[in-house]
Amino acid sequence: MDAFTVHIGRAVPLRRSNVDTDQIIPAEYLKRVSRTGFADGLFASWRADADFVLNDGRYDGATVLLAGPDFGTGSSREHAVWALQDYGFRAVISPRFGDIFRGNATKAGLLPVALPAADVEALLDLVEADPSAAITVDLRSREVRAGDVVAAFDIDDYTRWRLLEGLDDIGLTLRHVDDIAAFEARRADWLPTAG
Amino acid sequence: MGRTLAEKVWDAHVVRAAAGEPDLLYIDLHLVHEVTSPQAFDGLRAAGRPVRRPDLTIATEDHNVPTTPGPIEDPVSRAQVEALRKNCAEFGIRLHPMGDASQGIVHVIGPQLGLTQPGMTVVCGDSHTSTHGAFGALAFGIGTSEVEHVLATQTLPLQRPRTMAVEVDGPLPDGVTAKDLVLGIITAIGTGGGQGHVIEYRGDAIRALSMEGRMTLCNMSIEAGARAGMVAPDDTTFDYLRGRPHAPAGAEWDPAVREWRELRTDDDATFDRVVRIDASSLAPWVTWGTNPGQGAPLSGAVPDPASYVDPDARAAAERALDYMDLRVGQLLRDVEVQTVFVGSCTNGRIEDLRAAAEVLRGRQVAAGVRMLVVPGSVAVGQQAEAEGLAEVFVAAGAQWRGAGCSMCLAMNPDKLAPGERSASTSNRNFEGRQGPGGRTHLVSPAVAAATAVTGRLTAPGDI
Repeated sequence: MDAFTVHIGRAVPLRRSNVDTDQIIPAEYLKRVSRTGFADGLFASWRADADFVLNDGRYDGATVLLAGPDFGTGSSREHAVWALQDYGFRAVISPRFGDIFRGNATKAGLLPVALPAADVEALLDLVEADPSAAITVDLRSREVRAGDVVAAFDIDDYTRWRLLEGLDDIGLTLRHVDDIAAFEARRADWLPTAG
Repeated sequence: MGRTLAEKVWDAHVVRAAAGEPDLLYIDLHLVHEVTSPQAFDGLRAAGRPVRRPDLTIATEDHNVPTTPGPIEDPVSRAQVEALRKNCAEFGIRLHPMGDASQGIVHVIGPQLGLTQPGMTVVCGDSHTSTHGAFGALAFGIGTSEVEHVLATQTLPLQRPRTMAVEVDGPLPDGVTAKDLVLGIITAIGTGGGQGHVIEYRGDAIRALSMEGRMTLCNMSIEAGARAGMVAPDDTTFDYLRGRPHAPAGAEWDPAVREWRELRTDDDATFDRVVRIDASSLAPWVTWGTNPGQGAPLSGAVPDPASYVDPDARAAAERALDYMDLRVGQLLRDVEVQTVFVGSCTNGRIEDLRAAAEVLRGRQVAAGVRMLVVPGSVAVGQQAEAEGLAEVFVAAGAQWRGAGCSMCLAMNPDKLAPGERSASTSNRNFEGRQGPGGRTHLVSPAVAAATAVTGRLTAPGDI
């Protein structure tokens, strides 16, 4: 996983709430067994509409996605995160995220930034008025800065540290393999096994 | 201070707790299917890691499988299923493939085999893992990175969730099912209403639900934004479990039940949030929009987006009416459908098929309507055939299919055509969920069957 410290980039304004993961990457693309190559499936249905914001050339090359509340609800498909990353996004800003999407994003190195609705609104207004406006997403200071907007965001210390260092969870957990073995030794022996 | 059910199950699975870090939680059961696992197995191979507990892992084929006889025609779907077979063979994981007597939707076979039990932690790379909370298990969906993590370590590092009680006061009115109840709850609290929380469903109406009903209810917790939903286990739970292949047997049964009876929220425990639902306010329910929170009583009308105070909700409603091709004020019972789907991990169990068959018995599916009835597992299908339900469906003119996820998610041949409208017992009415351009109304099995008879959204009491 790539580390995330401070990212400066332009943003796409996606003025929609309840952007579910079926919209981010439709099911048809989930048949693939690879972890990359999902950029063409990102918002595939909506991109068929010439007026969709990702088809607006002024936002080409943007790396931050700005969206309404409840972004990434629905299906657990991590392909939604991979598709956003493959397309070039490093961070998504929304007032509220689906829990599973948010978890998936932090595992893969895409930063989900939850900001108050008023701040997201101000950012949307800013980049709609000026598509070239740069947005700074600063994980070190837990802050988003753009134009006159300075907005602090919450992220737990552990996840922040893991993202700053670019660390994978599995290696970290395997440092505690003795604790896992000790737990297994005291599990009830009547618990079911699939074997 | 007392603890909630969710907190008790959580505490019992903490492998390691350290200040400033997430808890490391042990996972008792890991369910695997073909869609969200191939990249996880690739990750294991790349790192040279084995599956730590293949004996706590079970796999099935469900999302891609066709529900008509024969092999998978689509080469991409077939390759994904073949990848699962290869991975399960390589890593020593029990797999129920197409054609196997225990094959079915992952959330149907876990309970059916007795693998899902009270107090367990259950995960799967599928958001509807919340289904298993019906047994008093803490069960939630995970992404592929987490699937790899559980395969490698049998644990997950997780932040302790907040707790939420949904108290349903009073008995459900006649004709109101678990599906209507959960659609009503999501309409009330919204698709983000449970975000960050584990919901515990409580109250007499919940106690009165069968296990199938509780599974339907917990299944759709994710549609309210909650990662998990739970119902405290009771005699209904134990009666369902007794005698199932992986349930405790013989001398192990009584001690297990004694332990399970402790799995209830203490009287002096507090929830972070409490929502009360008046059961008498519920009725047969239907969604009119493109998220599961956009619903209304079937006897009602399509709402006016202008009636929403919140600008995001108003914009979402406007967009939904446009996509769904509905008019403000249009009576929902006037909405015509071309397809009816009974099935899925939400409503593909035997009780759901019985409810649909009861409405269809002696009646005919309306001309111009196609109705698919898809059992959630091979075993459910066999039971439905033994009970004569399949005959009822076929006599009514419905298509009786093989087990799988079918028309819930457009990953197999069962799909809506662009512009086609359905009444569906599945869980998501998202744009294109049942096929690009398709329009979905979520309903209960009884409403689905009544709708098939008239060709319009219809409550069973109205035919």
